Amino acid sequence: MKLNRHSRMAGAAAVMGALALTLAACGSDNNTTPGASGSSADTSASASGGTSLSGELVGAGSSAQEKAMDAWRAGFQNANPDVTVSYDPIGSGGGRTKFISGATDFAGSDAALSGDEISKADARCAPGTAMDLPVYISPIAIVYNLPSVKDLQLSPDTIAKIFDNKITTWDDPAIKADNPDATLPSDPIVMVHRSDESGTTHNFTDYLAQAAPDAWPYKASGDWPNNGGQSAQGTSGIIQTVQGAKGTISYADASQAGSLGVAKVKVGDTYVAYTADAAAAVVADSPRDTSRAAGDIVVNIDRKTTDPTHYPIVLLSYQIACTSYQDQATADKVKAWLTWVSSSEGQQAGSQASGSAPISDALRADIQKSIDMISAG
Amino acid sequence: MTTTPTRSPQGAEGLRRSRRSGVGSGLFAGLSVGSGALILVVLAAVAAFLLIQAWPALTSAPATLHESIAWFPDKTSLVSFVGPLVFGTLLAAAIALVIATPIAVGIALFISHYAPRRFAAGLGYLIDLLAAIPSVVYGLWGVRVLVGQNGIGQPIQQVLHDVLGFIPLFAGTPARPARSLFIAGMVLAVMILPIITAVAREVFLQTPRLHEEASLALGATRWEMIRMAVLPFGRSGVVSAAMLGLGRALGETMAVLMILSPGFTYSWHILEAGKQQTIAANIAAQFPEANPLGVNTLIATGLALFVITLAVNMLARWIVSRRAEFSGAN
Repeated sequence: MKLNRHSRMAGAAAVMGALALTLAACGSDNNTTPGASGSSADTSASASGGTSLSGELVGAGSSAQEKAMDAWRAGFQNANPDVTVSYDPIGSGGGRTKFISGATDFAGSDAALSGDEISKADARCAPGTAMDLPVYISPIAIVYNLPSVKDLQLSPDTIAKIFDNKITTWDDPAIKADNPDATLPSDPIVMVHRSDESGTTHNFTDYLAQAAPDAWPYKASGDWPNNGGQSAQGTSGIIQTVQGAKGTISYADASQAGSLGVAKVKVGDTYVAYTADAAAAVVADSPRDTSRAAGDIVVNIDRKTTDPTHYPIVLLSYQIACTSYQDQATADKVKAWLTWVSSSEGQQAGSQASGSAPISDALRADIQKSIDMISAG
Repeated sequence: MTTTPTRSPQGAEGLRRSRRSGVGSGLFAGLSVGSGALILVVLAAVAAFLLIQAWPALTSAPATLHESIAWFPDKTSLVSFVGPLVFGTLLAAAIALVIATPIAVGIALFISHYAPRRFAAGLGYLIDLLAAIPSVVYGLWGVRVLVGQNGIGQPIQQVLHDVLGFIPLFAGTPARPARSLFIAGMVLAVMILPIITAVAREVFLQTPRLHEEASLALGATRWEMIRMAVLPFGRSGVVSAAMLGLGRALGETMAVLMILSPGFTYSWHILEAGKQQTIAANIAAQFPEANPLGVNTLIATGLALFVITLAVNMLARWIVSRRAEFSGAN
């Protein structure tokens, strides 16, 4: 009888504990102001027109931008001590939803507004419109664990076949063809992909779908489209798994690659290693979506580029804002914020914190034009 | 009871004390009834929350779910989506239980019947300490020691596969790195070890002294005494201890999330990667990027877990009550 009571209470406790854990795992660790970095306080002050701004600026969305966002918030609040910027990294979809509902002043999103989101967002921004500003470029590296092969080179078709479980050993003829000088072991390839839905996966599969349409039968998707191989939670999980055994290959934020091997990717006729410049270049030279409203800058990244100065596997993340806000104070704050984020100092600060690639000057000029459209109305 | 002046002073004193404690016992009864009711209210609130939040997913057509949720497979009903998750959850918990229960019973018997008294107390305390370690630490330990670079999980899996590969459970290619359900189950086993040990130890300690001494007097060795007196007496207690452990293993999130390479199949190959996933780990993995309907679907899987846990506990109660006549109460 004593035991009965024990088991009932503890059973209930187990249920509650499981729930608490689940909820804790979903909680976000936002709203902590990191120590002011002190970098470029003067320039941001000049960019934002002094320190007359005050109040709160609320954003939410992409978790990919989180690290850069911390640096941006620190720099901005350093220059504008009376403004509190909060950012909740709830995910891109949640960020767009919150922005449309009017709960936030701006959103971070790995994908531009699309479909009926555009009209809903425009309604929220009336009499203005909503706009997407590409302010965060993060190169995605193909990482592998094969200490005997230093400089792996891969063509898009080979990458697609590896990640579709069609190529299963490292000495496959297709890999040999890409690496004529390397001695490849006959070990099996262990393909590792993200188990959670992510912008990194979306951009990587988008690259495969466009650059290797014959070898990659799936559409671009934030969720990994096939079975097989291993999978891991988050970028850190990916890196840990790849480190865990020889013969593994995966894709991850380039800044997190650490000591792992990073493959060069075939662009045109040359094999290109990722660099911040090459990542920024492909975004700068890619065509824009011309169907968008004035000020709305949506880049269709040219994954099929043949220019050897381009590195086509990049994650492009936007900040979404309105061209018009209810009151002047908010409009000024958003304006100052976006100006700082896209400024060369802001991009540098973001890059140092997150390993992102600073946007090109040409793109910055276009973004600034859009920012100048912001007004109260 | 009557009060007369002829009563001795001690009697009057005792009566006053009992009257005062009458108020106290009423208060205590109220408090404990309240606590008991509170548990029921909380449980009902959780059930209601799960049901309400899961409702949109439960009532949506599979096609709608597939359209609006990226990770929801095509041409799959909610039930056949939850199916592999339930399977993975039960399999992981079963692995943990199979590994942990014999060890826990062994530890409990050692503490209750073999170890010197002072040493036993210290060991029991250590075991209880294991229960206080947060699950994320167990997860990190598993990732670093069992799965990570030169982790010991890989050789263990290889040996199991080489020796017992003819059993379907150990067939298939052992995962490299060893992020399989078996390794996740091993970590779960360590996590549920203290709870099973603690309960089993208490039960074994309650074996009537007379039973033990009688069997020893009949010439039984210590092992025979344990087999004939202690184990039959404690069987129902061990079962309910195992069920408590099972409850924890079913709901465990972080360790599984960090170790297991998930997949959504009904595969029995516990050494392979990317075959199974548990409900709790899946919720934690998908929640951050889930849209509203996605959240509803995840909560629907949580509802399934709630039902399973409830069923497990009811099963435990039933087993214990079925054997109540053998318990120490008589």
